[in-house]
Amino acid sequence: MAHFTKATSLHDWLNQRLGIDTVRRVMATEYWIPKNINFLWAMGMVLAITFGLLLISGIFLLMYYQPNIHLAFDSVNYTIMQEVGYGWLWRHVHGVAASVVFLVIYIHMFTGIYYGSYKKGREMIWISGMLLFVAFSAEAFSGYMLPWGQMSYWAGMVITNLFSMGGLHMDGLVEWIRGDYVPAQAFLNRFFMLHVLLIPLVILGLIGLHFGALRIPHVNNQDGEEIDFEAESKKYLAGDKANSKVIRFMNDFMSKDMMVVGIYLIFFFYLVFYHYDFAMDPVNFDPANGLKTPTHIYPEWYFLWSYEILRPFSTNVGLIAFAFAQVIFFLLPFLDRSPNAVPASRRGLFKYWFWAMLIDMIILTAMGKVPPEGVFSTIGFYAALTFIGLWIALPFITKFEKKV
Amino acid sequence: MKNSSRRGFMGKAFGAVAGVGAVASLYAMKRSWDPLPSVKAAGFTTLDMSAYKENELVVEKWRGKPIFVLKQSKEMLATEDKNMSQLTGKSTAEMDKKRLIKVGDDYFLVCVGLCTHLGCIPGYRPETKDFLCACHGGMYDDTAMVIKSPPPRGLDIPPFKVDGMKIVLGETSPEYEKMLADGVTLKV
Repeated sequence: MAHFTKATSLHDWLNQRLGIDTVRRVMATEYWIPKNINFLWAMGMVLAITFGLLLISGIFLLMYYQPNIHLAFDSVNYTIMQEVGYGWLWRHVHGVAASVVFLVIYIHMFTGIYYGSYKKGREMIWISGMLLFVAFSAEAFSGYMLPWGQMSYWAGMVITNLFSMGGLHMDGLVEWIRGDYVPAQAFLNRFFMLHVLLIPLVILGLIGLHFGALRIPHVNNQDGEEIDFEAESKKYLAGDKANSKVIRFMNDFMSKDMMVVGIYLIFFFYLVFYHYDFAMDPVNFDPANGLKTPTHIYPEWYFLWSYEILRPFSTNVGLIAFAFAQVIFFLLPFLDRSPNAVPASRRGLFKYWFWAMLIDMIILTAMGKVPPEGVFSTIGFYAALTFIGLWIALPFITKFEKKV
Repeated sequence: MKNSSRRGFMGKAFGAVAGVGAVASLYAMKRSWDPLPSVKAAGFTTLDMSAYKENELVVEKWRGKPIFVLKQSKEMLATEDKNMSQLTGKSTAEMDKKRLIKVGDDYFLVCVGLCTHLGCIPGYRPETKDFLCACHGGMYDDTAMVIKSPPPRGLDIPPFKVDGMKIVLGETSPEYEKMLADGVTLKV
């Protein structure tokens, strides 16, 4: 048994039993972050804060929400919105955060792609991040079912139908997922369970993995420079802070991080108070009706690009293209054959690949929103082909990239 | 050495017990997600076919799904060979006649009103006598055969049994079995 002495203070008492000084040193004061970074490096903390907002607002919504097909719609649109004091606040925070979190995820992802932060030992950071993206997508979809409006019902119908795998006609699997022939009580109840328990547990675990994956390779920097963290941190601790290339995670880096978070939160609450409607589809204010399809069914904006890859093709080809789009980002560290971990601007052809991919995904997103007719259908079709073509080209253009 | 082999045995024994338990609990979990017996049992709808009007779509309900009933007019039956399938480029006439249900002297289209692409409800247009699915632009003719992709096949026909001027949905019959055998519809 360890030897304990009479504590001199509460801090000392806790320190003897929990090693809080060691925890603080490992997690904060001697966790080293490069100096050579910009505001885009704060997106991780912005995401963590947004997840916190979703969790807190979700807890309050959970106290009045009724997972029953006859009560769900009114429990959201009447009880929470009209009766519960500040219920509207929790709902609008939850809805806006669910939308904005994807905007920040996409910025976070494209930052990683631009600076090559998925290479040279950082592969697991990328893969755990992509797993988080999938988990957040499942969380967003299951949450979208809960108000049981027209869009909830029909999005549920269309997305669960994807599991029939087109020509394979696995209708049994679709009915198994729903627990009924159509989305009904069993469906709402199990998606409620997924939304409030199982998927959040998975997300918490994955956040732990994502942070853990950063420890050994450390955070990347604006030049992709390989920093000797051991030597640089010694310089810093010896007092030569000016010449050291690193700073402490806390309080140094966090103070800058929280500055960005502060600006973000002003923008966020501006949306919550004045523009929450962008995250509330008007069609979903009609109660679910299994005998009437809305004129246009489209997902929330953050799924539009992959929806548009599904849409222009016949069922089977569409499903294959869709499946391709869902998994291909996972393979980025292995499809990029170049050893260069520097910003895209210094990587020759990859620079054009990066901007082409970004613009193509914006076009796909825009085309996914408009009805699938005429010229929009054609643009969507070519944008989908471009997406697939860019990924096929990636190993070749990076293979012949000059070493920098 | 003796110790480690004994530990090895204990490890394997535990692995075997845990493996059996894992398979058994996965089975229980799978079964818990299955549709309930009450959901599966509530499955028959009877329709009185004498009440429908020609070229006027009526939407009924069976197992929570919308059911399209469309009584065919003389003109609709006569123009069957004018509908061209975009999938095959051929007339849909031959397949069309096999899809209709004869009750008394009249012919009816009775099908599940969910697009075979991803399950939206197509809308019927009496002027052009076709169905248009707003979700992804699929089109069907007046016997619900595909005339424009993405849907992979015509609307599915539910199991039915003709009983005088009535039909019972959910119960199979020689006429329905023939449709399945002819490849007119998939089993719903």
